[in-house]
Amino acid sequence: MSNESKVDCGRRRLVVATAAVGGAGALIALVPFLSSMLPSERAKAAGAPVEVDIGNLELGQMMTVEWRGKPVWIINRNKPMLETLPELNDQMADPNSDKDMQPEYCKNETRSIKPEYMVVVGICTHLGCSPSAKFKHGPADGMAADWLGGFLCPCHGSHFDFAGRVYKSQPAPTNLEVPPHMYLSDTRILIGEHKKGA
Amino acid sequence: MASNTNFEKYKSDGSLQGNLLEWFDARFPATSMWRGHLSEYYAPKNFNFWYFFGSLAMLVLVIQIVTGIFLVMHYKPDASLNADGIPVAFASVEYIMRDVPWGWLIRYMHSTGASAFFLVVYLHMFRGMLYGSYRQPRELIWIFGTLLFLCLMAEAFMGYLLPWGQMSFWGAQVIVNLFSAIPLVGEPLSIWIRGDFVVGDATLNRFFSFHVIAVPLVLLGLVAAHILALHEVGSNNPDGVEIKKRKTPEGIPLDGIPFHPYYSVKDIVGVVVFLMVFSIIVFFAPEGGGYFLEYNNFIPADPLKTPPHIAPVWYFTPYYSLLRAMVWPLFGIDAKFWGVVAMGGGVVILAFLPWLDRSPVKSIRYRGPIFKTLLTIFVISFFILGFLGTKAPSYAFFGVIPGAPVAQLLSAYYFLFFLTMPWWSKIDKYKPEPDRVTM
Repeated sequence: MSNESKVDCGRRRLVVATAAVGGAGALIALVPFLSSMLPSERAKAAGAPVEVDIGNLELGQMMTVEWRGKPVWIINRNKPMLETLPELNDQMADPNSDKDMQPEYCKNETRSIKPEYMVVVGICTHLGCSPSAKFKHGPADGMAADWLGGFLCPCHGSHFDFAGRVYKSQPAPTNLEVPPHMYLSDTRILIGEHKKGA
Repeated sequence: MASNTNFEKYKSDGSLQGNLLEWFDARFPATSMWRGHLSEYYAPKNFNFWYFFGSLAMLVLVIQIVTGIFLVMHYKPDASLNADGIPVAFASVEYIMRDVPWGWLIRYMHSTGASAFFLVVYLHMFRGMLYGSYRQPRELIWIFGTLLFLCLMAEAFMGYLLPWGQMSFWGAQVIVNLFSAIPLVGEPLSIWIRGDFVVGDATLNRFFSFHVIAVPLVLLGLVAAHILALHEVGSNNPDGVEIKKRKTPEGIPLDGIPFHPYYSVKDIVGVVVFLMVFSIIVFFAPEGGGYFLEYNNFIPADPLKTPPHIAPVWYFTPYYSLLRAMVWPLFGIDAKFWGVVAMGGGVVILAFLPWLDRSPVKSIRYRGPIFKTLLTIFVISFFILGFLGTKAPSYAFFGVIPGAPVAQLLSAYYFLFFLTMPWWSKIDKYKPEPDRVTM
């Protein structure tokens, strides 16, 4: 401790200041490296809207298209499928689609623009697996006896109905995402855009 | 011991080799390192079967690095599709398997090596729990070991993406999405990790970089720290008594024997047996019945379709079960966040073991019935959690006992085992430790 008094305080301050400035410089030098891991300009530019022809999609069938590297399902829901929706309301975690998982124009009973056509991103909101279609009632698709049809995520077992709404007490926190989309004609949908671009 | 840096420098006997060694030793601590870490590192004389796995883990690390170097010569981290519509990365792995001379052997050694690494590391960690190797003064060795385990998990996870098969893709999708569960920063964090809005070429390339450069460098550094810390305090042993308490007048532990040649020779026996088992798997069962290389991973990655059943490789399944066990939201945060907390916490809690254990003795040989019973249940439940992690969430034992609540119960036990340890390790009976090691 006898050396303590001999410390040159001016020099000590300079040492501390040098270390602080050097450390700040080193931290700032991290920025370009960490930023280089963000999505590149090319990755951000990819994600153009996708035009889909649904003319051949039969009642009760679904098709999958790729948009921004994700599967988007288009389901042509028949009457029995649509009838399950109100019936399931009290088993749903978010029956009225209060959470912001769909564009404003799809915040309705069927979560769609036209009641029969469901357009939804086929990615589970839990950890991003793509749920499997389990359309048949009851145990025919390996589900429980009171199953009314919908989707089952193979990864962690989340259940969804025909509107992509998640059942209560499931790993998935929210309903499936409805992407922005619009009808170009009766049989052509544009996925990824609400209104015609300039 | 290693902390002794006062070894005398080598003196030449006048021969040419002697002169060369003297010149070298005057400029590099060759003699002192040799003596401190090998020929005069005194290890307890009563090491048993459980003490093979540390050196075997180093052997597997060498196998992984050497086979990895040769795999990188042919592998291409490229998610774009080739002329046949197959992802280039997937095709390059098949190219290694079919067209590169002996490529199949090098690739199977690497893939089997991953499973072997976890097997020996799990046994190595269990040895620490049996004999209290984490107790004072070896806490830091244990913490370095926990960090090594975390690095090994990261290394294995990122390596598994590289073949760009269905399990590679969807496994990475699930694990990277785990980070999105963190409140506020989660979503941007997972995009930053992927380098894109979905798992894609950017993700594949950065995982390749981490897998072959970044994580191996950290692993090697931690291995050095793990061994330096071990040689600083000396090895524990199956009796859990300190051999440094009783020394000869020259300061050598009475129950210690030089690591080289005694344990270097013993470890070679372990290496030979290990290589026999390893070779049998590499040559006759490299896929390990779908547990070492999953069947779905022989299908190229398809971002539009998740395989009907996805499960991690066997070595992650106990922790995967902890993740799946959390299905309730707590404090207004999604259940998936708590799943991530459970999975991470399951590994991190190991690091606290030195302070959770309040037993007056280290080794299971002198510990009481509470420890023996609870540890046995812990091992059994770890196996069952691992088994359930390979199954779908809807799995039921014999078709009647649902697996999900069992996994939840055993997950609770996993944490309670550690969290209540300060209490039960104190009230447990114990036998007096011997003065010196027993053979």
